[in-house]
Amino acid sequence: MSYELSFEVERGDFETAGEASRKIKRTLQQLGISNKVIRKVSIAGYEGEMNLAIHSWGGKIVLEVGEDTLILTIEDTGPGIKDLDLAMTEGWSTAGEEVRQMGFGAGMGLPNMKNNADNFQITSKIDEGTKIVMSFLV
Amino acid sequence: MEKLLHSVYLDEEKCLGCTTCLRSCPTGAIRVRGGKAIINESKCIDCGECIRICPHHAKLAKTDPLSLINDFKYKVAIPAPAIIGQFKTKYSFENILSAIKALGFDEVVEVAYGAEVVGQALKYEYHAKRYPKPLISSACPAVVKLIQVRFPELTDNICRLKSPMAMTARLVRKRLRDEGNYKNSEIGVFFITPCAAKATMVNNPASSEYDKYDQIDGAIAIKDIYPDIVKNLNDCNIQEGIHNTTPEAFSWALSGGECEYLKNKNVLHVDGIQNVINVLDEIECGKLDTIEFFEGLACIGGCVGGCLTVENNYVAKMYIQDRAKKMKQTSTIHMPDEYVKSIYNSGMMHIKERILPRSPEPLDQDINKAIEKMKQIEILEEKLPGLDCGSCGSPGCRALAEDIVAGKAKEIDCVFVLKDRVRDLSVLTNELLQVEHPTEKPVNKKPEFSE
Repeated sequence: MSYELSFEVERGDFETAGEASRKIKRTLQQLGISNKVIRKVSIAGYEGEMNLAIHSWGGKIVLEVGEDTLILTIEDTGPGIKDLDLAMTEGWSTAGEEVRQMGFGAGMGLPNMKNNADNFQITSKIDEGTKIVMSFLV
Repeated sequence: MEKLLHSVYLDEEKCLGCTTCLRSCPTGAIRVRGGKAIINESKCIDCGECIRICPHHAKLAKTDPLSLINDFKYKVAIPAPAIIGQFKTKYSFENILSAIKALGFDEVVEVAYGAEVVGQALKYEYHAKRYPKPLISSACPAVVKLIQVRFPELTDNICRLKSPMAMTARLVRKRLRDEGNYKNSEIGVFFITPCAAKATMVNNPASSEYDKYDQIDGAIAIKDIYPDIVKNLNDCNIQEGIHNTTPEAFSWALSGGECEYLKNKNVLHVDGIQNVINVLDEIECGKLDTIEFFEGLACIGGCVGGCLTVENNYVAKMYIQDRAKKMKQTSTIHMPDEYVKSIYNSGMMHIKERILPRSPEPLDQDINKAIEKMKQIEILEEKLPGLDCGSCGSPGCRALAEDIVAGKAKEIDCVFVLKDRVRDLSVLTNELLQVEHPTEKPVNKKPEFSE
């Protein structure tokens, strides 16, 4: 038995940003997933949600719940990431000044996601978009 | 399973089943069934939101009557710092505290005294290695319960110093024991409470952070004794030296009061239960990683906004700030560092047990069944109007869908679903009236089939 939950996130959508992660959290609690795993998924999901709002032209967050794995996919259409290795470095960011003033864009997003996921894969194409697939063991 | 006692309860006679309280409940603990509000004990955090909002005053807090003090030989009142905000500044601290004493107590010790000890100890506790950051204040018992119920992953962040209330009781009992005039059991210590959550702490042995040395024997609501205190203000013997707390200490009654003790840290204080929830959401998803200490208080303005206070919370705040400002210019009261350190190091300040999560029950223990139920909930939610009107007795459409799947409600509890069903039924009835059965004799009508 598996279950899927998906959310659309628009570019610049800061008013509702965080909503997807909150719903994900509540759903996982109801499904009886352990608090530790929920925390990891919430953190990764929130970072992903922020990335969509800040960097992409819009995208989607999909959570698939299986019997022993959770898969969180964050996919966008957008500028893509030129140098993935660089983007995975803590502290590196391309976020604009406006975004930084709002307290986002410190450049911890991707490494933070990777640290929280049990498996992390990222693919990106310039001027097309980025896709991140993370899995979490239940 | 621990026993979860609560001080918030319903006066069934006054409850009209109006559903006003449903949506004000931050944990979705209330349902209206059979025309009466029912509180789910495992979800209630005693924040008092329903007490504040009920237009029929059917939600109450269980507190103790003043007469209870007569069970003890030596009676001590320990009023919460918020008490000072209930009276105009023309009345001195000594006057107010003496007026409380005149209610029949042998001694009055401000909880602000314990607050000063706890506040100063906070800078030691802050460095304890066991806490993930941010350290979260344990001052507000409703917020502590909120975290246990809704933010289980943050329970390890909660500060495990005892509350100012417990510390005050402990220090009073210790002094009286050292003096040796009374047995511990002859001493009655009574907390004068601004809120329901504190009353629960006093009266719920299961959640108790105390042992017999900081036993509190009752919680008396500020509003219950307020009229008598007012009466005493003008004709009681004013006892000098009855008041010995710092302005920082009684400012614990206000949101941000505790934060003042960690001035050089990145602190954040938030008041109002919904605001606290919003910020805890951000903390839980890792957004506020620069915050080092978080103080969340359930009531607007802090303890002065408690549902058992009398004075408007903003007015009370003004009184307290006025007093603090004046006192800061003149006060010489200072609690020595060595004194606080010795209490801190003695271990008597720490809650022994870990604060554990009280996560809500999953839909099912078996994940496959839980997923199945989740899907049913979503299908049902689609069918419901999404108005979250509460007329069904559940706090919203999603909650009703969950209640239906849990077998605790029916689809036709929704008035809109019911209306649709009635309409379908009347369409069918109409059809039945129009169409004649072939074997039935026509009523006042010629058969249509003729050639």
